[in-house]
Amino acid sequence: MKHARVAYDGAIHDATEHHGRLLLADGRLVDFDAVTWLPPLAPVPWPRTVLALGLNYADHAKELAFKAPEEPLVFIKGEGSLIGHRAHTVRPAGVDYMHYECELAVVIGQRAKNVKRADAYDFVAGYTVANDYAIRDYLENWYRPNLRVKNRDTCTPLGPWRVDTAEVPNPMALALSTTVNGKLTQSGHTRDMIFDVPYLIEYFSSFMTLNPGDLILTGTPDGIVDCRPGDVIVTEIEGIGALVNTIRSAS
Amino acid sequence: MSHAPVLAAGTVYGVLLNSRDEWAAWAAQMNEPPYKAAPKAPVLYVKTANTWSTCGAAIAVPARAPEVEIGASLAMVIGTAAHQISADTALSHVAGYVLVNDLSLPHASYYRPPIKYKNLDGFLGIGPRCATPTEVGDPNRQRLEVRVDGRLQQIVDLAQMRRHAAQLIADVSEFMTLRHGDVMLLGLGAKRPLASAGQRIEISAIGMPALGTLTNTLVREIA
Repeated sequence: MKHARVAYDGAIHDATEHHGRLLLADGRLVDFDAVTWLPPLAPVPWPRTVLALGLNYADHAKELAFKAPEEPLVFIKGEGSLIGHRAHTVRPAGVDYMHYECELAVVIGQRAKNVKRADAYDFVAGYTVANDYAIRDYLENWYRPNLRVKNRDTCTPLGPWRVDTAEVPNPMALALSTTVNGKLTQSGHTRDMIFDVPYLIEYFSSFMTLNPGDLILTGTPDGIVDCRPGDVIVTEIEGIGALVNTIRSAS
Repeated sequence: MSHAPVLAAGTVYGVLLNSRDEWAAWAAQMNEPPYKAAPKAPVLYVKTANTWSTCGAAIAVPARAPEVEIGASLAMVIGTAAHQISADTALSHVAGYVLVNDLSLPHASYYRPPIKYKNLDGFLGIGPRCATPTEVGDPNRQRLEVRVDGRLQQIVDLAQMRRHAAQLIADVSEFMTLRHGDVMLLGLGAKRPLASAGQRIEISAIGMPALGTLTNTLVREIA
């Protein structure tokens, strides 16, 4: 099943995909363009942990002139950076290089501590698409990538769907692509991840508890380009969804 | 969650290299690789919800780590959201202040984000009480005492922070909104004391009983 979370008619609703429309939990069927799409996540009692991978595809690591890391390069994002499908992301004034990153996002389904990779998929609830924008002008070499690059308001679109694991038999066999104004700029495949999903769950859960609703953004492949106000960016993962985002200037 | 928080908080952010003594200790390396330049923006990190421990809680230290580093600080709890605000009005966004014990496994490099050193379960003591802005007054006038098994190990003088509370909120809120319930640490001192399993850590602010004493005991992690 494909789950969404939307604002419609003055309230926030859980919804599922139903023959090209949205079936709200209260039974109403509405069109995709009748709602405001929110990140497709159920509420959690504590702030969710959002772990994100850097340089997790060999080609992207090469693109950024790094050798592939020997252990996961991880940073953390605050929940406040998340926005939904079809929203706008701000390009700050005066910057030279802002790029998207199309990423498979893992949604944790149950409490995970000291999980072995063979059991790792039992702890996954589903998958969604993340666009983990970066403003490279602000990159500094202290706890890099630093939060000014990676934890900005509006800079982590997520969605449109959270897709149950039953519909994604092998998350390591999915094509990823990004288009800018309809032109293909990024094309990759999850099989090329350096650290795959089971490895990452084993790695994180070896020193920290993952809780339901926590997210792991698994990194992006080769093919990043600068994005300008007005550009429409579509980050898409096979079987998961196509996440649409538009860049706007800071007002 | 094994550790209930002292308050329903949002995201907890810490800041590295904010104290003058910590900055001075690193100054000679700042222009060397891999850093290549002194930091310009506040150097932030996140203490995820799995790290939260209440006052009085035992905190498990993994067997691979003989000692942990004690990062005593005072934290601001945000009341009304702060987005691109000036230092002049920043403190009006603070709902209260709480003591924190920001534990880390010692790490020699600040180049990459410190997740496996700072985000272990239970590695942020918070409490015992959120004091009001009226009770605390100027947060940067506070001096924190750190005791291990009753012996004074460090005094953290918050007047020595390079960015005081208001400037820190202003500089962070320039690029990310601090939301209701978010928590921002004011910074750590240099030469942070170490402690190991079996020891008791107490943090208090001199002459400020409204903040109470944050107490946590370190225990060996059960494999």
